[in-house]
Formats: sequence, C-alpha cells, structure tokens
Amino acid sequence: MNPELRADIEAHMALYPDSRSAALPALEAAQRVHGWCSPEAIEQVAEVMGVTPAYLAAVATFYDMLETEPVGKHSIYVCANISCSLRGADALHAAVSEAAGDDPNFNVRSFECLGACDIAPMASVDGVFVGPLTLEDVPRLLDDTRAGRPVLPDKQLSTRLVADPHANSREFPAHPIEAGSTTDASGGGVSASAQTPPAESIGADGA
Amino acid sequence: MTEALLFKDIDEPGLATLEVYAKRGGYESLRKALATTPEDVLAQLEASGLRGRGGAGFAMGKKVSFLPKGTIDKYLVCNADESEPGTFKDRELMQKSPHMLIEGLVIASYAAGATRSFIYIRGEYVHQADVLDAALAEATAAGYIAENILGSGHSLSLVVHRGAGAYICGEETGLLDSLEGKRGNPRLKPPFPANQGLYQGPTLINNVETLATVPAIIRLGGEQYAKLGTETSKGTKLVSVSGHVQKPGNYEIELGTSSREIIYGLAGGPPPGREVKCWFPGGSSSPVLKAEDLDIPYDFESMAKAGSMLGSGAIIVVDDSTPILDVALKVAKFYRHESCGKCTPCREGTNWTVKMLERIDEGTATPMDIEIMASVQEHIIGNCLCVLGDAMAMPIGSLIAKFRDEFEDHIEAARVRNGLGAGVGPEGDSGMPQTTLAAGVGG
Repeated sequence: MNPELRADIEAHMALYPDSRSAALPALEAAQRVHGWCSPEAIEQVAEVMGVTPAYLAAVATFYDMLETEPVGKHSIYVCANISCSLRGADALHAAVSEAAGDDPNFNVRSFECLGACDIAPMASVDGVFVGPLTLEDVPRLLDDTRAGRPVLPDKQLSTRLVADPHANSREFPAHPIEAGSTTDASGGGVSASAQTPPAESIGADGA
Repeated sequence: MTEALLFKDIDEPGLATLEVYAKRGGYESLRKALATTPEDVLAQLEASGLRGRGGAGFAMGKKVSFLPKGTIDKYLVCNADESEPGTFKDRELMQKSPHMLIEGLVIASYAAGATRSFIYIRGEYVHQADVLDAALAEATAAGYIAENILGSGHSLSLVVHRGAGAYICGEETGLLDSLEGKRGNPRLKPPFPANQGLYQGPTLINNVETLATVPAIIRLGGEQYAKLGTETSKGTKLVSVSGHVQKPGNYEIELGTSSREIIYGLAGGPPPGREVKCWFPGGSSSPVLKAEDLDIPYDFESMAKAGSMLGSGAIIVVDDSTPILDVALKVAKFYRHESCGKCTPCREGTNWTVKMLERIDEGTATPMDIEIMASVQEHIIGNCLCVLGDAMAMPIGSLIAKFRDEFEDHIEAARVRNGLGAGVGPEGDSGMPQTTLAAGVGG
C-alpha cells in the first residue's frame, strides 16, 4: 500500500488513548488516496489499524461524507435543508445536477444542513463553502472546479464579514481568500486574494 | 447591550493568529485562572449562571461539578458538530477566533481536572478545522496546550477530531461513540458522560460557544457577567438568523432581547410585502411560533413558556409565500435521513411521517391521516434513547396543531386536482395515478 497513507493512518492512531478512535480520520485519508472507501481502501486501513474490514465497512456506511460507491473526483454538496430550500435550493440543486450531467468528474449531491444558512442557498465545493448562489452562478461554479481554480472567489464564505452590525467597532476589510480555498491547484488562491470581493449587504449599513 | 463579548471586532484581520489574539489580551484570562485554584474557577463559572449554548441549556458550572474528584483520568470534549439545521454560530467563532475557544477549553479543563481534550468538529467544516489545527499548533508552541501549563501543574492535550457527516454525532453520546471510532449511535443514559463517557472515563462535554464564553467570564468575573441577560438566562448569546429575512447571519444579543428586535431590527425581517408566517426559535427541532409570538423575549424561560425552546439559538423565519406542507416535509425528511435507526419509534416514526406528508402533497390522503400523523408524533416523544425522534415530533406536532386548517385545505385542494374532491371516498383512490407536485419552495 501507499507508504504515505500508512504513515498518515499511524500518525492519527498515535493521537488517541485507544487507536480505534482513528477510524474516521483513517477512512478519510484512504478515501483521499483511493477516491472512495473501496474494498481495497478499507482493507488497507484495516491492516494498519488491526481491525476487521467488516468493522470499518460498518463505520463507513454510517457517515455521509464517506463514499461507499465510486464517485466523481470533485464533490459538490448542495445544501437542501430548510433555510436553503426557503431560498431556492431545490432549483439550484436541479440546475447543478443538470449542468454537471454525466460528467464523471463531479459528485453532485443534495446535502443536509451544511451550517451556512447565512449564505443560503449555498454549496460546498470540495469543502469550500460558496453562496448565496443564483442559477447564473452554476456554469462558472463548474468551470472553476473543472479548471482547478478557486471556486467563485467573490462568493466564498471565508471572505465574509459577520452580519452583526454591532460586532466590529472598527471597519475591517473582507477577509482575503485563504490559500487553502482552492479546489486542487496549488497556490491558485494567491492571485485571487488580490481581488477584493465586493462587500455584500451584510449589515455594514448597521445604524 | 453595551459591548459584544464574543463578537467584539471578530473580523479583525489575523485574529485567528496567536499574535493578534494575544495583542487583544488573549490568554490573559487563562493566566488569571491558573493563578487561582480549580475550585475558584468553578465558583466563577457557577456565579456566572452560564447555561450550555448547544441546545439543552444546562448550567455549565453544575455540569463541571458533576465530574468526580481525584486523580482518575478525565476528559473534556468540545462539541463542534454544529449540525442543527439553521445553526452556524460556532462556525463563525471557530473560523475567526479559534484561540478564544482554545483558551476557554483550557480554563474549563483546569476547573474540571481534565487532562485530555478533544474538539469534535463536523467533517463538512473543512476550513474551520484547518484554522483550529493551525491555532492548536500555535497554542502548543506557546505552552498553553502542554505539560504543566505556565507552571501551574495542570497539563492538557488537545486533538481536533473531524467527523464525517452525521447529524446524530451532535448528540453527546453519539458523539462519544463516533470519537471512539464507531458508528455514531447514542448510548443508554444513565450512566451519564460525567461518570462514564469517553473510553468509559468521566467526561465533560461542552458546546463551542459555551467554552468560548469562559474567557470573558474569567475576565469580567462571574458576578459581573451575570448582570447581563435575565434572571435565569444570563449573558449574551449568538443567534443565527436565516430563512426569509433580508439580512441573514449571526448576531450577538443579550438574552431577553425581544424576538421582534432580532428578526426585524437586526435581520431586517422578511422581504418587503411579505409577513412572518411562522418561525423556529431554536433550530428546526424546536416547535414553531407564529407572528403573534414575536414580542416574546428571546431567552430560555420565555421560549419554554411559549411552548418552544431556545435550543441552539437558531431562528429560521418562514414567510407567507411558503406552503406549510413544504416546511413540514423538509423538516421530516431531514430527521428521517439522520435517524441512526437504533430505536423503533424514531426509525419508523420519521419514515411514516414523511410518507403521510407525501400522501397529503400527492392528494391521496384523507383528513384522518392528519390525526394519525399527530398521534405518531406523540408516540415518538420520550420513547427513544436520544431526542432525535423528538426533534422531529416536536416541530411537526406544532405545525399540525397550529396550521391544521392549511393541512386540511392542502389535502382537499390536492384531491380536487386529482379528481377526488369532497364526497369521493378513499375507495375511489385505487387505480388513480399519483401526481407528484413540483416541490418548488419559496423563491
């Protein structure tokens, strides 16, 4: 097996009084390498952790983010829970699914509340939260993801100021895009951080 | 409210770094706490009246005091699995001020005598977990997460543990099982985690916001902090407002602020021309309130008295453009998806509630289905190991009770559309094609 994966799993196991606690991080690490929790991935984790593959398969099937079928490389979770659906998430999910079509690069899923109802309707693209999304954003979202660019830099949650008008006693610029917010291109976020995203109407008008 | 405690200058660039956090007086509360005894710190927490910010609202000081004394290995687990629909306050705190959480966690571990700690963060919060890991590395290098912290004799380790997508892992015993590397099934209680929790050891479990409030309590002193808020709901609270409001987002309010002020004053209310139809005061698990309840103060007691709960502090506003059935279906489907399947009333009750709601939507239900659905909710409540089933039964039950007319109208309208109008018996249903209505919600 991949020696880096083995080292990664062993490092996680060392963090806990009971190494079995590393099951989730280990499966996540294996999924990153294999693309999904394939039988082979699960067997490798089982071997390093000293548990049975059946045990890990039972764990993997419990969690939404662990894939037990082969999926596209780029995960697009469209939040379809109550706050997002009140703002058009179902139409958004339909549009993303349709635009992605049967492109094997994409794993488009409707997901339960992602904890970003302030930017509803929203999606998590390979872990990067973007919103509020309109149907017009969909082609650019897929293009950015396909090209390995930071996805919708002007709509990333990490750039957003808190809504509470009383929170900040001074004016702060919107947060620059974090370097880690690219999809998978290394360093792609640097040039993007130069563009200051337009401040949304996020309570800066406090009064 | 005079000054924000948790959100003060939360957007200051670099606040997530130790350098900026320390410049603003970060970790001074930890120094102050470590200069006193654990008993003194516990006394401050109890004097503050701080109640848990994750949903249950249990007094934090009391929770700490439940842990056994002595040298037995004790654990502190921070519940950062923020998954209650409508809730996103912990996300903002962790992303922008991770050291505030870590400082509070170290102080709490000192009071509780816990030497190993974990932050269980939901797997979807990738960026926030990265921020926490970076902050943890800085705090470790600075000796705040260490053996013999600042010469106090107190030691603490901390691991940021990422979940993998399961609402039930926000339930404290489901979280513990998940943290032990298992499926996140809730446990039978008692024993409670304070006696037998993680790895069977005594475990204190606190929400992110609860722990992040601790440095402010130590800085101000428990009694001073207790001057904020109401008699039984002390302090400030982060409120996540979402749904049909013009300025959705997080707001720090003093407990006892009028709900109208939060929904209209801060979040801007529904779009022009629309009215509040109902609102969830504490996440999608809380019974809904109506427009006539908007003047109720937003605090633990007032919400309970109104028949609902403050919950996680997540207000979801639904305006008059949305059919109530759509709201009920969204909510019920969520709990059906997230039920772990261990207890029959929850596993079957969530499933059948969804089926009955779909029948109403499709026009194949009769008014009797409303009765059956209401009774299903009553049979879930209190009959499971954890409250996930209740978390569906309470809002669905309240929607049926408060909007029964609309459910009945919906049944009738859908039946008419299917050619099954009033007077046509359910026998006539057989063989009728089922029409699925477009599930377009809102706008």
